Amino acid sequence: MGLVQEIDYGTPASTSEKQVTLTVDGFTVTVPEGTSIMRASMEAGIAIPKLCATDMVDAFGSCRLCLVEIDGRNGTPSSCTTPVAPGMVVHTQTGRLKDIRRGVMELYISDHPLDCLTCAANGDCELQTQAGVVGLRDVRYGYEGDNHVFKKNDGAENFKWMAKDESNPYFTYDPSKCIVCSRCVRACEEVQGTFALTIEGRGFESRVSPGMHQLFIDSECVSCGACVQACPTATLSEKSVIKIGQPEHSVVTTCAYCGVGCSFKAEMRGDELVRMVPYKDGKANRGHSCVKGRFAYGYSTHKERILNPMIREKVTDPWREVSWEEALTHTANEFRRIQYQYGRTSIGGITSSRCTNEETYLVQKLIRQGFRNNNVDTCARVCHSPTGYGLGQTFGTSAGTQDFDSIEKTDVVMIIGANPTDAHPVFASRMKKRLRKGAKLIVLDPRRTDIVRSAHIEAQHHLPLKPGTNVAVVTALAHVIVTEGLFDEAFIRERCDWDEFQDWASFVALPENSPEVVGQLANVDPEEIRGAARLFATGGNGAIYYGLGVTEHSQGSTTVIAIANLAMATGNVGRPGVGVNPLRGQNNVQGSCDMGSFPHELPGYRHVSGDAVRDIYESLWGVKLDDEPGLRIPNMLDAAVDGSFKGLYVQGEDILQSDPDTKHVAAGLAAMECVVVHDLFLNETANYAHVFLPGSTFLEKDGTFTNAERRINRVRKVMAPTNGLADWEVTQKLAQTMGLDWNYQHPSEIMDEIAKTTPSFASVSYDYLEKMGSVQWPCNEKAPEGTPIMHISGFVRGKGKFIRTEYVATDERTGPRFPLLLTTGRILSQYNVGAQTRRTDNVMWHSEDRLEIHPHDAENRGLRDGDWVRLTSRSGETTLRALITDKVSPGVVYTTFHHPDTQANVITTDFSDWATNCPEYKVTAVQVGASNGPSEWQLDYDEQARNSRRIATLEAAE
Amino acid sequence: MTMQPASTEITSRTAAIIQELKGLEGPLLPILHGIQEEFGHVPQDALPVIAEALNISKAEVHGVVTFYHDYRSHPAGRHVLKLCQAEACQSMGSDAIAAKLKQLLGIGFHETARDGSVTLEPVYCLGLCACAPSAMLDGEVIGRLDDEKLDEIVAEVRS
Repeated sequence: MGLVQEIDYGTPASTSEKQVTLTVDGFTVTVPEGTSIMRASMEAGIAIPKLCATDMVDAFGSCRLCLVEIDGRNGTPSSCTTPVAPGMVVHTQTGRLKDIRRGVMELYISDHPLDCLTCAANGDCELQTQAGVVGLRDVRYGYEGDNHVFKKNDGAENFKWMAKDESNPYFTYDPSKCIVCSRCVRACEEVQGTFALTIEGRGFESRVSPGMHQLFIDSECVSCGACVQACPTATLSEKSVIKIGQPEHSVVTTCAYCGVGCSFKAEMRGDELVRMVPYKDGKANRGHSCVKGRFAYGYSTHKERILNPMIREKVTDPWREVSWEEALTHTANEFRRIQYQYGRTSIGGITSSRCTNEETYLVQKLIRQGFRNNNVDTCARVCHSPTGYGLGQTFGTSAGTQDFDSIEKTDVVMIIGANPTDAHPVFASRMKKRLRKGAKLIVLDPRRTDIVRSAHIEAQHHLPLKPGTNVAVVTALAHVIVTEGLFDEAFIRERCDWDEFQDWASFVALPENSPEVVGQLANVDPEEIRGAARLFATGGNGAIYYGLGVTEHSQGSTTVIAIANLAMATGNVGRPGVGVNPLRGQNNVQGSCDMGSFPHELPGYRHVSGDAVRDIYESLWGVKLDDEPGLRIPNMLDAAVDGSFKGLYVQGEDILQSDPDTKHVAAGLAAMECVVVHDLFLNETANYAHVFLPGSTFLEKDGTFTNAERRINRVRKVMAPTNGLADWEVTQKLAQTMGLDWNYQHPSEIMDEIAKTTPSFASVSYDYLEKMGSVQWPCNEKAPEGTPIMHISGFVRGKGKFIRTEYVATDERTGPRFPLLLTTGRILSQYNVGAQTRRTDNVMWHSEDRLEIHPHDAENRGLRDGDWVRLTSRSGETTLRALITDKVSPGVVYTTFHHPDTQANVITTDFSDWATNCPEYKVTAVQVGASNGPSEWQLDYDEQARNSRRIATLEAAE
Repeated sequence: MTMQPASTEITSRTAAIIQELKGLEGPLLPILHGIQEEFGHVPQDALPVIAEALNISKAEVHGVVTFYHDYRSHPAGRHVLKLCQAEACQSMGSDAIAAKLKQLLGIGFHETARDGSVTLEPVYCLGLCACAPSAMLDGEVIGRLDDEKLDEIVAEVRS
């Protein structure tokens, strides 16, 4: 198989359309204007020696190894910093160049340890390679003088030597091996945009310094791994490579964390994963990564992972390990019994946004074909269901309009209720790169998130609105655009219904939607609203990126509609650089929604009441399908409490921790007779389960994920499932046990069925993905290469629809008993409910959930930083430690939900979006007070969780 | 011993200097000069304040401060004596001058006398090669150093 090799062209590609022809070593090569000689030469197949150049960062010209000679020019310019010119004649290998390079290399090696055989980079060291390339045979200088290599010189302490920094859990920094090429510093600045590294000192004293001569872990470093990838020596090395050795083969696959969907090379030694390296051809990430995708895969071999199926009679019993056959037969019998006893609709299932498209498709197929009802829902219910509704109503399809590359053409970025640097870090880096090049930024968020202001980026307008007032504020932006005549009339007349626009315009122009009125209720300066609106309408290409801060509200769908209105009114749809872009939380939220996971929709967002659509599946599956929508998750739980819903198959979702109002979820699960949890770990939901089916990780199966830009990326199996079966095989076996005639040999056959039945996927197949790398749906006869940008010449629904967005305040209000508003979110190093990241070294950055509170509110309550506080809402209470910060406004508190012992969702209420039931996580009225320890609920819960996780030890055979 | 000013005081005095110079084009070096003038050195605690105000990273400020030898991390003596050790001065006997001066002051390069009177530093060219060997005392250049001039210098810094 071998390693997937990627060519390093040395300098980034030029985007110029003008072509230039030159000669390199007698070969003619034509490249875009602005290309470096180094890159042009590589295009011609000639690799010029180099150390400080790599194509992820701009040319630097410091290593002096890439010198060339050019006819008619003096000297020996560096090929990385010299752009090509028409007719240029370049020589990359002359006697003079050979001497210079050898001399330079001799100097490098004179201050470098010669422990190559025992060095972690042995076999993957550019310094070693280049020494070979230039023909270095001798180093005349010796090590007697000053050096950075040895701890002691002649028995005396060598103050130039520095110890290895092993503070980061995933990589080490060994200054003695550093050649000060600055690649790491430049990668941190240009690729990641954190600026955590610098070169300190000068001359022979120069060295790489994290922060202000700090340890990596104490610096601003976010552990994205870009520096490690850029390092040409062993100075920055993955600890896994140090421990295991160099990989021998690699497989390109897709990260299973957030909705960015980064492509990685899983580099393997046998069936052991050595490291994950971001793939430069990955069209979502373009060779970049974050701490989660790059390093946090240790959960797949964590000791708490369950590898055997288990069953139990009652949830108070300990688990009993059984064979796959017994577990599946038991499940099938239970489901059939329940249906016989309580009716066809008394069971259902939940698909997972963490699983592949193929697996999701199978789960909904099992429910529709096998359970014969539409009781299927997905975790997208609790995150982006309002996106589906809102964009469906206005544009005609439930998807982001752009690809990620579009950001490179954006002039004004508007971020609403999203925290990309923490939740979508790789895309945030691309966004920050664009912002550093001069794009303007508007942020609507109750918190001052990092994107509002951090090194070299600063929002022109930050609207720190009160949680729950999104609709009012976005409508106020529209008010300014309409009343000041800043709308794009030509676009609206051509692409939308002019009468609908006028109706909407007369609505937004009402005085109650003016910034002056809205500013009062949202606690925002009206001038900031006006400024933001003017900037967005007049600043060039305007793109809106939004997250769960928009959707997880009682008016989530209304805000999505308001956003779509804003984009249409300003003509910002249908070309690169603009659009409406939901940032999806999970790797396959988009895909799970596409695959018919909702109770009212078959794959491809087609309503179950449509006879023509049902016909397609009925003839293929040979059963009559239910034409009534089934139950959504909250309805299933309500029905369970009422006694009419008794059995649930949950694949890869932890509803107890992630869904709102934990106590209600617990009551619903407790009332069921057969809860089947299919997961990697005994998650919180499993505390109420009767059957546990062990899951497989993304490393152990084939499939596809669809990311936030509708890109279908391949997931490739790099090792055999530790639990014995890939998730799709488990679902298939369950279906077979229930008597269904399923015979998929490989996930590609499932994709073929999807393509056959779903118009937007018509041309998708594994062979085609192999050829194209990835495609963005719709991918069919009309768009054979996929669709990077949607609604180019017209909206999917025909004319774009303007819809009035009346602001209705949530019923969740502050009052004397609950005077503060709680909002929730995520942090960079942890992922959602933390089931995976909590089982990796990422806990070093975030070992507990903290309550962010403004100094003013803290002082009123006599709280100090780090104090235990009691957080109380109308639903419940919990305790956690306070973090005092002015990132939140007075009156607002914030916490993350990564740790089950905090159980932030004990606090959240059961209010939800009017259209889709998406829960209102982002607004809860709370009180905060001093506390001495865990709440009663936490103690009870802990006790119950511990009890329910017991696994019976097998009795010794007599 | 020089007392380090309390960190909050450093913060507020640094903030005032930043406020005054922030509007300049490329304000970092002028701000660092201002801070060195104010405190006699650039206190570590001032760096995060500068980074925050200019919206750059702490690492970047650290990189700049450590690049320039003139920015001190610790306070200097009451007098600062810089002795040129570059090529022209070496050819005119600056090595011997350095040895003598070290002996007279009882300190080496980069050291401050115990009584805090003087800090001795090497410098690589004052642009005064025509009058080599040369030195600079508290910002004033001195050319054609000889024993007599050394005695004068020592007398001045000791007074």
